[in-house]
Amino acid sequence: MYGKSILISLLVLLLVLLAGDVNLAQQRFPKPEFETSYVQPDPTTPEPRSAEMGYVDVAVLLAVLSLGAWLALRKRSRTGILWLSVFSLVYFGFYRNGCICPIGAIQNVALAIFDPAYAISFTVLAFFLLPLFFALLFGRIFCGAACPLGIIQDLLVIRPVSLPSWIRKVLGFIPVVYLGLAVLFAATGTDFIICRYDPFVGIFRMDGKFLMIFLGILFLLLGMFFARPYCRVFCPYGLILSWMSRFSKWHLSITPAECIRCKLCKDSCPFDAIEQPVEKEYRTPEVSRKNLGRFILYLALIPLLTLLGGWIGSRSHIFLSKAHPDVALAELMISHPELKDDPDNLDIQTFLQSGKSFTQLVEEASVIRGRFRKGSMAMGGFIGLALGVFLLNQVVFRKREDYEPHRGDCFSCGRCMEFCPVDKR
Amino acid sequence: MKEKNRETSRREFIRKGARITLGLAAAGTGALALARSSLGKDTVWQIDPFKCTQCGRCADECVMSPSAVKCIHAYALCGYCDLCSGYFLPGAKLETGAENQLCPTSAIQRKFIEDPYFEYIIDEELCIGCGKCVKGCSAFGNGSLHLQIRHDRCLNCNQCAIATMCPSDAISRVPADTPYLIKGDFTNGVEG
Repeated sequence: MYGKSILISLLVLLLVLLAGDVNLAQQRFPKPEFETSYVQPDPTTPEPRSAEMGYVDVAVLLAVLSLGAWLALRKRSRTGILWLSVFSLVYFGFYRNGCICPIGAIQNVALAIFDPAYAISFTVLAFFLLPLFFALLFGRIFCGAACPLGIIQDLLVIRPVSLPSWIRKVLGFIPVVYLGLAVLFAATGTDFIICRYDPFVGIFRMDGKFLMIFLGILFLLLGMFFARPYCRVFCPYGLILSWMSRFSKWHLSITPAECIRCKLCKDSCPFDAIEQPVEKEYRTPEVSRKNLGRFILYLALIPLLTLLGGWIGSRSHIFLSKAHPDVALAELMISHPELKDDPDNLDIQTFLQSGKSFTQLVEEASVIRGRFRKGSMAMGGFIGLALGVFLLNQVVFRKREDYEPHRGDCFSCGRCMEFCPVDKR
Repeated sequence: MKEKNRETSRREFIRKGARITLGLAAAGTGALALARSSLGKDTVWQIDPFKCTQCGRCADECVMSPSAVKCIHAYALCGYCDLCSGYFLPGAKLETGAENQLCPTSAIQRKFIEDPYFEYIIDEELCIGCGKCVKGCSAFGNGSLHLQIRHDRCLNCNQCAIATMCPSDAISRVPADTPYLIKGDFTNGVEG
């Protein structure tokens, strides 16, 4: 009996092989007609997290931002912000596994703008926009109270050191480049680099590739001394938030009433975000005039820097486009034609079996490269423009008389409020 | 004093202008994203079994270990063969010993139904999503074994780590209310 069935199977197999048509693979062996009462099971399909839960996430974000704004601006409670941030870390970090987050949503928005086939969901769009509008109204409430990536670093600040301001300013320029690259790669459908190099998502998931976990632990260790390193040196969303927060309608203030310039708050900020009063000798008409000259010079430099950036960007588009898998495959097959016979090269072997012609691949790759040419130019221009505005910002004359949080850099964590001796009454 | 007031009001005016500009820019970016594509439903990642070439990367590239990709069995397509090319190593004895099995983790259970038919069940706890059985089944059998992303395990990353490495572009975002592309109940020229 056993032998017979094998024989039948082999015969059918032989027939199929003789027919030689692999595309007819489905139903080579007809569905049996069972004589027993055997009931054919269905494959199980466990449901994904329901879409309605996305609305819950948006509601939680809205609640956390509102409560955070109230705690920072009205209630002035560092303890309140701390507990709220712990909740956010648990919810958005460990419960939601650090995904969905506004930092990554930058890429979804960029992809939606440049790829009509991609439909952005309400949840992602809300996560992208809500923290921005809150920053315009109340400052970077999101960073201090809601962002799990920021909070996990914030909770581990042990002995923060202060870096010279020029180092901080140079490091603070990295997010501009990171944002530019992230948007470029997302818009060309290449990759989501913010998500790929998210250092903490592996810790939230308690699982991940070695590099991811290693980077996460490295950032946390570094963060004990250089507080919130990811936020200050890399976070591209933090950069957008800082633009918004600079012009916010309201903002957390160190003192509840009048600043008495006691300097007590000065060392309370682990992020060097408290600015001192501008000293008298810098407030003279001579300094003002000198600054005006430099202001005009830098203002004239902005278009030049933008053009230069655009030129450098368009020069680097060939290099940047190699990050796209199709371009990389076409390049590899042109530069190493012998790899076509390498059975271990999965990408090339799969391509050869796909039935797509090599010319087609090269055409597609050159279309993608064309998109990169425009995108890299725009990205370079953006970086040049940002550099120009950054320079201009250095000579803007300010008449600050009190200790104030730097509205762009302040994460609204509320530490400084505890140090202010001024009584509200 | 008057001059100071003018200075303050000038600064306040600039701040207000910048605030409105930035607010409009943010809202405009959101609106542009909507206008250029459309407001879609939430999506999840899934493998198109007809594009999948069983390269084996699903087992390695997923951020989960073991992978969220598992083999599933579209029973409606199965021939219930005794000599199952997804179960047995080529040329092996037709016995259920591990040395005869294609699956590196012995995740496929073979159950006798009636002569000469056998049912093949995937033990998902053991399956690592390597696709070796899928390759065997697709090469000589009906192709009823195929890989799917299991949504009880998938974290729905913003960018699927396997999708970027998939050589046949088989992984894409699908609407969350139709989260599986199962052969048989999936209209692509195959009858269920």
